[in-house]
Amino acid sequence: MSNIGSYEERIKNFDWSLSEKELDYKEGNIINIGWYCSDRICQLGKADKLALLWEGYSGNQKKYTYNDIRLCSNTIGQYLKDLGINPGDRVCLFMDKIPELYIGLLGVLKIGAIAQPLFSAFGDESLYIRLENAETTAIITQRKHAPKVRKILDKMPFLKHIIIVDNEGKELKEREVEMNMDLMPKVEHLDIYPTKAESASILHYTSGTTGLPKGVKHVHYSLIAQYLTSKWALDLQEDDIYWCTADPGWVTGTSYGIIGPWSVGVTQCVLDAGFGADAWYRFIEKYKITMWYSAPTAIRSLMKAGDEIVKQFDLSSLRHLASVGEPLNAEAVIWSEKVFGKPFYDTYWQTETGSVMIANYPGMKVKPGSMGRPFPGITGGLIDPDTFEEIKTTNKVGLIAFKPGWPSMMRMYWNNEETYNKKFRNGWYLPGDRATLDADGYFWFIGRDDDVINTGGHLVSPFEVESALLEHPAVAESAVVAKPDEVNMEVVKAFVTLKPEFTPSDELELQIMNFIRKKLSPLAMPQEIEYLDKLPKTRSGKIMRRLLRAQEWGEEIGDTSTLEND
Amino acid sequence: MEEIKDVVLKYVIEEYLEDDSEEITYDTPLISGGIVDSFSMVSLKRFLEVKYKIQIPDDEATPEAFDNVNRIVSLVKKFTEK
Repeated sequence: MSNIGSYEERIKNFDWSLSEKELDYKEGNIINIGWYCSDRICQLGKADKLALLWEGYSGNQKKYTYNDIRLCSNTIGQYLKDLGINPGDRVCLFMDKIPELYIGLLGVLKIGAIAQPLFSAFGDESLYIRLENAETTAIITQRKHAPKVRKILDKMPFLKHIIIVDNEGKELKEREVEMNMDLMPKVEHLDIYPTKAESASILHYTSGTTGLPKGVKHVHYSLIAQYLTSKWALDLQEDDIYWCTADPGWVTGTSYGIIGPWSVGVTQCVLDAGFGADAWYRFIEKYKITMWYSAPTAIRSLMKAGDEIVKQFDLSSLRHLASVGEPLNAEAVIWSEKVFGKPFYDTYWQTETGSVMIANYPGMKVKPGSMGRPFPGITGGLIDPDTFEEIKTTNKVGLIAFKPGWPSMMRMYWNNEETYNKKFRNGWYLPGDRATLDADGYFWFIGRDDDVINTGGHLVSPFEVESALLEHPAVAESAVVAKPDEVNMEVVKAFVTLKPEFTPSDELELQIMNFIRKKLSPLAMPQEIEYLDKLPKTRSGKIMRRLLRAQEWGEEIGDTSTLEND
Repeated sequence: MEEIKDVVLKYVIEEYLEDDSEEITYDTPLISGGIVDSFSMVSLKRFLEVKYKIQIPDDEATPEAFDNVNRIVSLVKKFTEK
């Protein structure tokens, strides 16, 4: 029996107080996610239950019970307090998927500081932009990533501490300290900072079409939605062994890779290794994963690896599968039913929503390729892009829209109220995607409503890549668009014109690719660079990205009346 | 002439290792070890194609085939010896 039971029954008279009640929370009470995810589970009599089963790429393993994560997060919290970290300070977590990242996030929250997780593959420029925007006080990282921080240190007087979790006595440089979570004497009692519902908890950065990345501010009250969606949309149950493949540098990795499973009190597994079909199936078999939350890119990569390899492993432990990050194509759902005997249930949400908004739920009919239906308590609809009035007819393309007010909704873009306000129209919150609705109330994804590139489930700003390209000595002008990709849905493609002293070559293309990869991130690296003599522009000189995009997608070019003539 | 495996190892160290003190060998896991991710693999593939004037088909450029220098060398040889 699934947790949600009947979806139709759940949406009748739904109230978030149901989740509050399960969490023993009353309005005005202290609510601290760090405490809820560790101390509370121990108080419920599950101190000895395994909270985290971790495995590194070389096969080394670590295990932590709920009492262990309580003690370790206390210890990290105390360490940060002793360093002088205050409530409200931003503490960046810049690590691979190692236990210190997961447990460290709880430690940061326990002392009332704001956790700022960042993807460890970010290059120094991407890192700097985000740390500078948040005026981050401390960064917790690994020795292997410290050189990127050192490179930009002079520009960051606000960054007081670089905390290295695996230094092992090696030489420390300016502002660096070491913290070994496993070896430090454990702190049995930590005064949990009395955060309230609206106290800031996590700052996640996301990209838009224009401007710099935006810091999405979440609050401790988000727990109410993250807890209940973990139970109803992901169907996390007491005996589950759960695997969320997302990196906590992104929102899925925190909402459902840390907060969801640990507030529910299930055992979760983490594999800190790159993708490989063989390694992933082996991991499921070894740890007897029952609930698996992954992403379409990974699922399509597994499809590509073929059906035969699946037969080499015992995957019978799998009970429920779900997906997030980008639309899950119908073929992937059908394939999953064929090889795993059950479909991947697609879920839709984004950094700003903090928790699942639309999903396919256990027990509900899955329409392959559909996003599903709004989570109980979420009012979702489509609105007209011109009038912002709700579209009541079916099968008409409109902007996805939600009525504001769910617990995990972002509270602000950090230092950017103007952009935040633009996300709301006519009483609706607009996530920036287009869809259609069918007669049964299922949403069907159409695409983004802007130029943001969704590659492998991660958003990349074309503006950010274009700006970085211009810093390469050979590039005179640049335009960046999404290009279709079988596995990643979209990848970055750049069009450039070169300065007169440079000539196009394969070597230069590779050099530019690596330049972006190191400066921004591998996700932002153009997978292809096309040299042009000139970029298509309007008469006023604005680059017409949409023409280039249409070319890549084989679409109609549309109105070219504003195109600059030769 | 420099051996392929030395060229590839040197390139990986220069382009993908963040920490200079980290040591890798011909057998160090690159993809599964998180040194080269699936997106970065594209630039590594491009390097091999440019350097050795070969074309590696996408279905041969798997994470497994790129997982260490020795395997990459086998892949390169497969196409250079054709």
